This record gives sequence, C-alpha cells and structure tokens, in this order.
Amino acid sequence: MYLTQEEEKILHGEQGEVPERMLRLLVQLGEIFEADKMIPVGSVQVAGVSYKSIADPGTEFLEDLASKGAKVRVLTFLNPAGMDLEDWQTLKFPKNFAKNQLRIMDAFKSMGIVITATCTPYLAGNLPRFREHIAWSESSAISFSNSVIGARTNREGGPSALAAAILGKTPNYGFHLWENRQPNIQVNVETDLTFDADYGALGYYIGKQVKNKVPYFTGIKNADTDQLKALGAAMAASGAVALYHIDGLTPEADLVRKDHLEVITVTKRELDEAYAKLNTGKEPDIVILGCPHASLREISAVAEKLKGKKLRKPVWVCTSRMMKEAAERMGYSDIIEKAGGHIVADTCMVVAPIEDMGYKTTGVNSGKAGNYLPGFCNQNVCYANLDKLLEAAT
Amino acid sequence: MMKGRTISPGTAKGKAVVSKEPIGFYGGINIKTGVVIEKGHPLEGKNIKDKILVFPCGKGSTVGSYVIYGLKKNGVAPKGIINRETETIVATGAILAGIPCIDKIDIDQIKDGDTVVLNADNGTVEIVH
Repeated sequence: MYLTQEEEKILHGEQGEVPERMLRLLVQLGEIFEADKMIPVGSVQVAGVSYKSIADPGTEFLEDLASKGAKVRVLTFLNPAGMDLEDWQTLKFPKNFAKNQLRIMDAFKSMGIVITATCTPYLAGNLPRFREHIAWSESSAISFSNSVIGARTNREGGPSALAAAILGKTPNYGFHLWENRQPNIQVNVETDLTFDADYGALGYYIGKQVKNKVPYFTGIKNADTDQLKALGAAMAASGAVALYHIDGLTPEADLVRKDHLEVITVTKRELDEAYAKLNTGKEPDIVILGCPHASLREISAVAEKLKGKKLRKPVWVCTSRMMKEAAERMGYSDIIEKAGGHIVADTCMVVAPIEDMGYKTTGVNSGKAGNYLPGFCNQNVCYANLDKLLEAAT
Repeated sequence: MMKGRTISPGTAKGKAVVSKEPIGFYGGINIKTGVVIEKGHPLEGKNIKDKILVFPCGKGSTVGSYVIYGLKKNGVAPKGIINRETETIVATGAILAGIPCIDKIDIDQIKDGDTVVLNADNGTVEIVH
C-alpha cells in the first residue's frame, strides 16, 4: 500500500503514540484487504458505546486513548449508550451501570466526538452525500448510508472507525470501490409489504439467506426511509449485509450491473415463516419501539395511536435526543407520557440492561431487535406490527 | 497443509470448534465466559475458550471487534481464528487482541474436534491426525 510522507512520519511516531497505533491498525487492514492507499473520509460513526456491550476491557481501551490525548479530525458521531443519559434515574437504570456508562461518555467527549448517542446519525446531523467516502460502524447506519444515500463505507468495527476518526482517513478497499458495489444476488419480492414490521421480517429472512452478499431487490414499491431503515437494519443483524439496491428506489440501482444474478424469491410464505421464527414469546411485559432509533414520523405515529389511551404495560419509544426534543415541542411526548409510555433517548432495548430490570418478554416491530433480544438480553420476543403491539399493551 | 492469508500473526495449536454458519460476536458470544449465546446458532451453548474457532465469515454488529478484544482481556478468547473470508470487524478484533487469524481456507476440510496447528505467520493450517 502506498503511504504519503506524512503517513510514514505518523508511523514513525512523530505525532505521538495514539496516531501511530491507530494508523498501524488501518495500514494492517489496508494490507490485508489490498488497499492501494489511504483516502480521506468525510465523517465517522463510532459504535461500541454501551457499557453492557464493551464492558471493562473496552472502557479501559477508550480511557487509555483519551488519557493519551487522542483527538478526532473529522465530524464523528456516537452510537447509543446503555441508558438515557439524562433520565436514567427516573427510568430506574442501575447506579453502578450508570457510573461506568458516564466514564465511557467522558472518554469519547474528551476525544472531540459528538456524544450524540444514536444509531441514526443521518437523522441527527451527520448526513453524508452521494459517493462521499466515510468510515462508519453501526451496522444499520452503514447499510442506510451505503444503500439509501449512496455514500461509501465498509462495515467498520468500532475500533477501526475510531482509528479512522483520529486519522481522518481509511484504507481504500471494499465498498469504497465501485466494482465491489455490484449486486451478486437478486431478491424478487412477490408479496405486499404493509407494516414496518413486514420490512423487518423480510430483512431478517434475507440476511440469513444472503449473509455478506449485496442483494438487488425487485418488487418493493414506495418504501419510505423508515421502512428502508428497518429493512437494512434487520439484514445487517441476521446477516452481514453492508449494501443493498432496490429497483427504482435506491440511488445506485440504475447504475449497477444486474445481469446473470442468482435469484431468490420471497412470497407471503417466507414472510410468515420469518414472523414465526421471530416470535418466541406470547404476552409482552414491555413494548419497545425505535430500533433503529425512531424518526419523528414514527414517534408521531405512536402518539396518534396512543391519544387518550391508558397503557397497562410499559411502552418505550427509543430515539435520539434530537428527535426527542422535536417530539416534546410538537406535544407527542406529552401524549405518549399521559398514556403511560416513555420516550427514551440515547439508548435502546438491545444495549440497555433490560434483563436486569425485571423484563422477560419484549414486544418489538424491529427485525434487528428481534434478532438480538433472545440471546443478548435473555428476552422472549413478541414480533408484531405497531397496532398489534400497542393493543397488547393497552 | 492448507495455505491462506494472514490476518493477524502468531501461532496456535488446539481443538477446532467448527461452525458452518457465520458468527456475530456481539450478541452471539458472552464476553465474560466465551459461551455462544445466540439462540438457534449451531454452536449455541459451546465454549470457544482456548479453542481454534473455525467459521465461514463474521456477521451482525460492528461492536464485534470489542467483544473479541474483551474475550482476550477476560482470558476466555479462542487461541486462534480460521475463516473462509475474514471481514473488517473480525480482523480489527483479532489484530487488537493479538489472536492469530487467517482466512482464505477451505474450512470444510476441518472437522469439529480436530487438533489444528495454525501458523498465521506463514499463513498455514495443518490438521494433526
């Protein structure tokens, strides 16, 4: 791999220990994946934020970097934390957990990372442009930026994204190159997709089928960005899909080569099968929405349905602090809270320690959440569309 | 003897734990114990500690790199990793943790329980019979 004089100097430690270590990691990755050079990135999304996810070793790794003066060079946003960073006491998050979570936030902040704590940076102020090179972690945000926006990122691991933020660069390989953005499997969708939950179930099914391939979808009409967010998140969780194209909807769909592709077909039968697989529980103790973090449109839909209702069971809507602010202004938060629900910012059901908070069965409409909750959070899952979930909670 | 590509250098010898399905370390493996916790995964309930972990490719969350690093710090990491195709997330974790790792290996040749010698410095895998 070609390195500039400046990069060589960094490798020789001329800018200190942290840039040297971080560049060494990126050069190693670049050599493995046959990058020709390093390229500048427009922005970074850093995953690995919740104390539940990265535990003591990850926390110490970050604190070590921060104490050695690590600073980011480009706009860098942060994934969800393990708790609402403002309302954690009201929501009964364990004190010891909170203490460790705040240590992690301090470390990131001292590096100059914007402590946004959301998996939907593109809704909160970190929006790349078409064909912009970026280095993002957070599997669902990678999928969204590659596929829906047409920006270019590999599936960065949390630490490799952090390294890219500190250097402002990433090795040029994988999805940064046009030849690797071509689809290698076609998915014909021959069933109607009505609810966001249908998109999550489709994504859950396809991720398992195609693993790390680039699928080209036909037969999906008029999906909005919330539904595309749900589809991509599920495929990135049950599989390793970093990029997908949809005929007529996504920006690179008309540009890529799509002849001679292996074809798989999804009918109502496969969709029903995905619903059945995702459903491991009967009655939810809690309903958690917003995986990935709810958009304002999704929050307003929940508020509309909860107007004047009384909930028997807790309902959380997880979102970014920015969307919560707008929801408060529009009175959506008030409606949801009057019904007995909460808008929870900065965190989500997967990275929060819900298994330690007394919940056994969680109702979700997200294929990504349905994928992670049984193993990582020890939850049974009720997978259904929004109407059915809210019905079960009232 | 099979020849592959070095992802993270080092050598290791141990019993193979083989998965035909991809592994997502985050949400898939308990960072404190090394036990596979993903429901329905072919390795569910198995411990990967001190094993040579063999799987086709990574999947799922990008936090997986931290889980691999954490497994090592907690003393429950696999001794080595062998893949058909390593992606950035597993590569980053293996490099940070210092776990020998190679890919471009025909993993169908390796059976669960085989004793495997992994030389990631030379990029070779040998099954000891």
